[in-house]
Amino acid sequence: MTSREAILQRLRNRSGGELGVPDCDFSVMKRAPSSIAERIERFEKTIESVHGEVHRCTPQSWVARLAEILASRGARNLLVPAEHEIGHALRDSGRGDLPELLIYDEPIESWQAHLFNEVDASITSTRGGIAETGSLILWPTRDEPRLMSLVPPIHIAMLEASELHATLHDAMNAQNWASGMPTNALLISGPSKTADIEQTLAYGVHGPKELIVLVIE
Amino acid sequence: MADPIKVYPPKPSHVYFYATCLIDMFYPDAGMAGIQLLEREGIKVVFPENQTCCGQPAYTSGYHDEARAVARAQLDLFPEDWPIVVPSGSCGGMMHKHYPGLFKYTGEEAKAKEIAARTWELTDFLLNACHIRLEDLGDPTTIAMHTSCSARREMGVAEVGPKLISQLKNVNLVEQVRAEECCGFGGTFAVRHPEISGAMVSEKVDTLTDTGTKAFVTTDCGCLMNIAGYAEKNRKPLTGQHILSFLWERTNAGKGGES
Amino acid sequence: MSRPNTGDPHHIDVKEFHPRARAAIADPRIRQNFRKAMDGLITKRKDAFAEWDLEALRDLGANIRLRALANLPDLLEQLEQKLTENGVKVHWAIDGDEACRIVRDICVARNAKTVIKGKSMVSEEMELNHYLEERGIKALESDLGEYIVQLAGETPSHIIMPAIHKNTGEISELMHEKTGTDLSNDVEYLTASARQQLREKFMNADVGVSGVNFAVAETGTLCLVENEGNGRMTTTVPPCHIAVTGIEKVVGSLNDVAPLLALLTRSATGQHITTYFNMISGPRKPEELDGPEEVHLVLVDNGRSTIYQDDELLDTLRCIRCGACMNHCPVYTRVGGHAYGTTYPGPIGKILMPHLIGLDEGRHLPTASSLCGACGEVCPVKIPIPDLLVRLRQESVDGDKLNPAKVRGHGAKRGTLEALVWKGWSWMHARPGVYRFGTAVAARLRMLQPGRLGGWTQYRTAPRLAAKTLHERMKEREQ
Repeated sequence: MTSREAILQRLRNRSGGELGVPDCDFSVMKRAPSSIAERIERFEKTIESVHGEVHRCTPQSWVARLAEILASRGARNLLVPAEHEIGHALRDSGRGDLPELLIYDEPIESWQAHLFNEVDASITSTRGGIAETGSLILWPTRDEPRLMSLVPPIHIAMLEASELHATLHDAMNAQNWASGMPTNALLISGPSKTADIEQTLAYGVHGPKELIVLVIE
Repeated sequence: MADPIKVYPPKPSHVYFYATCLIDMFYPDAGMAGIQLLEREGIKVVFPENQTCCGQPAYTSGYHDEARAVARAQLDLFPEDWPIVVPSGSCGGMMHKHYPGLFKYTGEEAKAKEIAARTWELTDFLLNACHIRLEDLGDPTTIAMHTSCSARREMGVAEVGPKLISQLKNVNLVEQVRAEECCGFGGTFAVRHPEISGAMVSEKVDTLTDTGTKAFVTTDCGCLMNIAGYAEKNRKPLTGQHILSFLWERTNAGKGGES
Repeated sequence: MSRPNTGDPHHIDVKEFHPRARAAIADPRIRQNFRKAMDGLITKRKDAFAEWDLEALRDLGANIRLRALANLPDLLEQLEQKLTENGVKVHWAIDGDEACRIVRDICVARNAKTVIKGKSMVSEEMELNHYLEERGIKALESDLGEYIVQLAGETPSHIIMPAIHKNTGEISELMHEKTGTDLSNDVEYLTASARQQLREKFMNADVGVSGVNFAVAETGTLCLVENEGNGRMTTTVPPCHIAVTGIEKVVGSLNDVAPLLALLTRSATGQHITTYFNMISGPRKPEELDGPEEVHLVLVDNGRSTIYQDDELLDTLRCIRCGACMNHCPVYTRVGGHAYGTTYPGPIGKILMPHLIGLDEGRHLPTASSLCGACGEVCPVKIPIPDLLVRLRQESVDGDKLNPAKVRGHGAKRGTLEALVWKGWSWMHARPGVYRFGTAVAARLRMLQPGRLGGWTQYRTAPRLAAKTLHERMKEREQ
């Protein structure tokens, strides 16, 4: 008998007999309806409480704001999506105050050291956010691969205010995650952090030291 | 864990008083105080002569056959449907929470459940079933309170003691830090793991004396002999009393009584 | 005293709990480090649940876990099927050794020499690092706390915060000695140094090994909860990712995840959510530019299917490994995690470890509790930990003929003298006349009461018998 069969058989032939299946009352997960403005406020408050930074922008203003943010950090370059409109907007902006724009268009194996050592910042889209926990929803794609939001010391994320859900429960149902998950999906709620040394918070332990969210209203 | 919802009985004509073995042998004054508080509320207190111990020491030590034999001897003590009141969260918890499980699959299961359902921790019963009103006759004083873990978590009476004390106008109740942490008694635990228990009680005494008070009251005699015994041995300026003794003394000053 | 990372389960004698506990209690640094940490965690947890109906949420969490356990074999098969469809290879291991072998075989097939690890308590349970090391494969921990503990040659003292027993100064000295960083009390500096050291390792690792917090059967999704990003690195950068998890970690649907996640992070560290919630459903697709080419899941039984047989013990398997029980445990706070000598310390360890190592080996674990109930009160999935401790105490002395003991190694703690004492105690207390006579006589003879009562009077005065029992006073009153 294989281990698989042995384990399943032991579980199926349980000596205590069949187990009752309790009802699960999810009403505690329900929230009173909220407006987008309320959700933005909640999101902002929560993510700022964990060292995230929020900038409220418009479709017209975000590029300029981004340029300011990057300049204030002295970022030498910015990793941008190749296909997503964010990338197009930046490349087509014609601004002289943006740093060098990089794209992630080849397998990681061919430029890993460069990504790990030379890239100062990245910008990605999001699939929305969660107000209650101050979380961003990311489903990495070919255009915006997994490491884009992890390796550079500064991660900038664009969040459409209209895509802000009240809770994780709401978000996964509204976006029907159960119908199929991507190879990797993420909730990101602040910069990388640790409290493993005497409960003292330190940021950027493995991932970005800064998480900056541009909320587009 | 404590019952999510408690349905208190109306104030009864009679109660059974289940004293517990610690009170019987070491703190009979606390038992008398409880009885007199009940009587003052106009309740007839019945003290079943054949009571001994709830069985908890053997139960928590794993000797369930021995615990069951002792518990079985208590099951016949309460023939009328009167409430059973216990001046201890720990022994009350044993009867209220653990008797049904101890007698599961035995002929006494129904009886054990029935008894469990009408077992009450006494201060809870005084406050919420008898709706006692206390008139403070004592001099101004400051005390702290330690609610036993079983009173707090099994019987769900953490708020009862402070509410009763708040009725006493000359008593200032101070709260120690980490009030909800165990004092380290735990029955045989204190003997099996003396260093751990000793570390717990020493910190409990420190937090109590840090409030500036020199006296504390508690719901349970186990905690009382632990905390007060540590303070005495280590010459800390702290004395303890069962809360029932304290309540009776405060409200009966100069009137005599048997306490 | 801590358990060296030799991997030999018998290297440390779990039975030697008492001397380790005594040593910890006598060590002011350990006392202070734990007290400070636990006080902070208790406060944070309380604040994090402030706006929730916590009882309703805990009920939901408990019921989600119970429902998953009720359907456990079906859910495991569904999980396997979905993951296989997604391109993940699923393995089953009866015990820790088999799980280690599976991981090693995958490494060997890939000619892997270095493994980078995300935090995984199951891998600690398997003693994977030691197993791999003995076979020429270097396993490096990447969670900062685990990294520190590994540098020190120790094991975690807490399931969420592995290095909680050390303060900044101790960690600084350790890093200075082992990695050559400057001595510094600047946590930012120490953290940045570790980042630098570990980035190299991530880039060069052949395999990443991680744990799993929830495995979702419906979609074949492995969920990982973390703050540092090392878990994401581990599961993304190396070309092969191996996830190891206990068979009980499966839940039915994604909907089950939201309440459990809300409970887990708040209970563990008082966070609304961790920085990263990483959901992995498959290896890199051909068109994708990063992520591992291979993903494996090792489902580890290691005693769990035995726990599963018993209606009461089964509740142990509800655990979502938040550590709240240890954070609130007055015993754990005093003795720290290493005193237990077990992979899982604290209350959850006391009810879980006896199944993994046998109740003969772990006989002292269930006794190291005042049964104060703080653990059960905060458990996010309402495991009745105190009741399970009493059950295991019963099993360890074969104390219940009506419910015969069944845990491996039961009865090992039954001593002839102790059993006789309880029999005598029971005989007397089951006979009211004897009891009244005996207690009245004791009251008469109270001047002869011994002043020293073993461990009790080491710290306290002996309780004094009253001159008359309450029974006697009530009798007098009637007359």
